[in-house]
Formats: sequence, C-alpha cells, structure tokens
Amino acid sequence: MIELVDVHKSFDGNEVLKGVSAVLEEGKTNLIIGQSGSGKTVLMKSVIGLHRIDSGKILYDGRDLPSMRFKQVKSLRREMGMLFQGGALFDFMTVEQNVEFPLTMFSNLIKIERERRVRECLSRVNLKESCFRLHPSEISGGMQKRVAIARAIVLNPRYLFCDEPNSGLDPYSSLIIDRLIHEITEEYKMVTVINTHDMNSVMEIGDNIVFINKGTKEWQGSSQQLLDSGNALLDDFVFASDLFKKVKQAARLQQ
Amino acid sequence: MQGLFTSFFKNVGRYAMLMSRVFVLPDRWRETVRRTFQEMSALGLNSLGIVVIISIFMGVIMIIQMKLNFSNPFLPPYTTGMATREMLLLEFSSTVMSLILAGKVGSNIASEIGTMRITEQIDAMEIMGVNSANYLIFPKITAMVTMMPLLCIVSMAMGFLGGYSVGWFSEIITTQEFELGLQFGFRPFYVFYGIIKCVVYGFLIASVSSYYGYYVHGGALDVGRSSTEAVVNSSVLILLADIVLTNFLLA
Repeated sequence: MIELVDVHKSFDGNEVLKGVSAVLEEGKTNLIIGQSGSGKTVLMKSVIGLHRIDSGKILYDGRDLPSMRFKQVKSLRREMGMLFQGGALFDFMTVEQNVEFPLTMFSNLIKIERERRVRECLSRVNLKESCFRLHPSEISGGMQKRVAIARAIVLNPRYLFCDEPNSGLDPYSSLIIDRLIHEITEEYKMVTVINTHDMNSVMEIGDNIVFINKGTKEWQGSSQQLLDSGNALLDDFVFASDLFKKVKQAARLQQ
Repeated sequence: MQGLFTSFFKNVGRYAMLMSRVFVLPDRWRETVRRTFQEMSALGLNSLGIVVIISIFMGVIMIIQMKLNFSNPFLPPYTTGMATREMLLLEFSSTVMSLILAGKVGSNIASEIGTMRITEQIDAMEIMGVNSANYLIFPKITAMVTMMPLLCIVSMAMGFLGGYSVGWFSEIITTQEFELGLQFGFRPFYVFYGIIKCVVYGFLIASVSSYYGYYVHGGALDVGRSSTEAVVNSSVLILLADIVLTNFLLA
C-alpha cells in the first residue's frame, strides 16, 4: 500500500500540489485522473521520488520515501517498475536486452536463468518470439508498450507505475494494454498506479480512482461509484463527451 | 553581465555535481567494462579515418607552407622538416586534432545522451535504481581518455607520412632533408607532452559533452542546441587547457 499524507509541491513559488492525501491499494489498479495541468504528473513523479516534495509523507508500506537516505531510496527503487508514456525503451538494445537489463544490473542470476526469465516475461505480455531480437524502433507502438511492461515486471516489483500507458495507441491496443496491466496487478498482487486521462481505461480498470483538480484531491472512489459521485467537477471531466453522457444515462436506466 | 556570471557558476556547480555521480563505484563492473569497450570502438576506432586523412593532408600542407616561408638561404634545408615536426608534435596532433574530435565525438555524445533524456530513457534507468550518470558517462570518459593518446600517436605518424610523401612525389623537399629535419634536436618528451595533453582533452570532450546532453530539457531542437553548446564549450576549454598545460609542462 502507498499512502500519501498532505503532499505539497511548488515550483518557483507556484504551488502545484496543495496538500494531497490518498491511499493507493495493493492488488488494485489505482488511477490518477485529472485535466491537463491539474498536477497529476507532478503527483506521480513525486510519488516515485523524481520530484522532491516540499512537505508531507509518501509511505511505501509504512516507509517514508522523502525522509529516506540515498541507499534506502535506491533499494526501494528496486521494488518499483515503471511504464513510461513513450515506453522509454533503450534504443541501443534489442527487445530481449531491454527486458534483461534490470536482471543484469540487480540480480545474481546466470545468463541461462536470465534468458529464461526474459522469455517468461515477454510471453506473459503476449509478444511473439520473432520480435525478441529486434530493436525498439523496428516494432509497433503497442508492442513497445508490451516490452516496457515486461521490463517493468521482470524483477517482480511490489509497485508498478504507468504514465499514460495508452497514449498514441488505437482503441483496441489500448484495451489490450489496460487488461494486461489489470491482470498482472491481480496476479502479482502489486500496487499499480496509473496516470491517465483515457476514459475507457477509467471505466475498464478503475479499481481505485483519485481525481485531482488544481493540485488538490477532489474525489476518490471506484469506477462503479463514479456514476453517482455527485461531484460536479468530476462529472464535467469524466462525462465531457456526448458518448459518455449517454453511457451514464444508460447505466442509470439499467439501475 | 551578472546573468552571465550566474549562468557560469550554475553550470560549473551542476557539472561538478554530475561528475560526483559519475565517479563512483559502478553497480556492475562487468557491464561497465563491456560498455567501455563498446565506447572505445564507437568513439575512438570510428574516429580513426578522419584522424588519418586530416593528419596526412596537414603534414603535406605544413611542408609546403614551411618551404615557401623559409626561403632564407641562411637557414639550413632541414629547417622545414624540423619545424614541421615541432608543429605536429607540440600542437597539431594534440590540440588541433582534439578540436576536430570535439566536433565529431562531442556532438555525438551530447546528442546521444540528450535524446535519451528527452525520451525518458534516463528517467527509466533512475527509476530502476541505476545510477544513470555512472552507467552512461563513465564508460565514455574512460574510452576517450584511453583512445585519445592512441589517436594522437596515429596522428603524429600520419603527419610525418604526409611530410614524407611530399619528398617522394615532388621536388619541394627531398626525403633526406625531411628525415634530417625530423631527427635534428629531437626531444622525446614532446611526444609525451602531446599524449598528456590528449588525455586531458579526452576527459574534457567526453565530460563536457555528456554534461550538456544529460541536462537537456525539451525536444529535438533543444538536443541540437545542446549538441552545439557542447562542441563550442569543449573547444574553448581545450584551448584554455592548452595554455595551462603548455605553461605547466614546457615553461
């Protein structure tokens, strides 16, 4: 479990996070949603430790990240996996080498064992064997995301972070990535945190949704609770399109 | 003017902080050694062609220029070869060659690391717990510091070959005169002087270019800008280091 307690963060006097508190649960996909500029990327980067927060606590199963020493942070980071918006695959390495990289750096496995684990992870994300020796630039965007997921889970992380995992993907590939992340989260009992403004993802895999507005937590709940949140700001954001307005009406009629 | 000073000290501070992260014990020595050999090939061996071509031509041009300008009958004929030798050993094969390599290798390093920064590859390493500065920059600096002296020696040899070829293919100078010039008053320390300078220049090119690449923000345009800044600043630093080293080693 990751617990955020009164997190504040400013840049040059401009307060971006104004006391965010939230609980991100284990075995669930925790979604951070909000409009562009609302502070969700800053929140995500603060949770990971890429931004140093001004005040507050970020507790990883009780361990406060901001008050950790450098070595403790390094050790905690080995329990984290991260899926970046663009995949962030190392372009000087092949698909296999990308997934093997964390194992080479942090495990004591011999080459054969490392290769076995790499194949296991790449098969788990349904990647064809013919792609294993290709470079990231030679495979599609969807495949790159799957390789990035494989690399993120190769060390069996306790915490998985995904920054807009569906950006640049077609609806079908987005759905596959969403479901894959959801399955993996339940399978490995991870705390998965996803930063997104894709409403399909919100509806599909939103176990625990944190809505951020102007640097504060406006609402927290599941995708089922989203329909009757009673929060005008959230409704304006989630049901902005005609399609989602109709979905909401249909759901209410069914109830 | 004040902004310029602030910017200068900010850059010096950030550079020092980056170097303090580069020069720590690597997480995996085997991986660092493997990457160092890769960089030696990419940055050093791949520069061999340009070093050979430029050095041969510079050797030829220097002989022709020296001969044209040393037309005084009181000067012995070997003066041309001797002056060419001193020019090659003292400045050309170390400083001028390093300035050329600052353009080729420096822009390569800055754009490679800069692209990794803007595509979040460096962030990905940091999240994994890898010291990205050490993993990416340390092998480049080690490779440049080891390969630059070799390139300097190759450049000296090729410069002399160029000088010889003038004797073989023209009547500007005879090979005997050139040989005598090469040997007359030869000080072996000048070769070591060139090598010592190249070690320092190798460090400057790799570290300064890495610094500009590592702190890129923005997009492709900013990578291009940082690559230019890397070349300009490493060239200026090479010239400043030349003044200091010449005073220190020869004065």
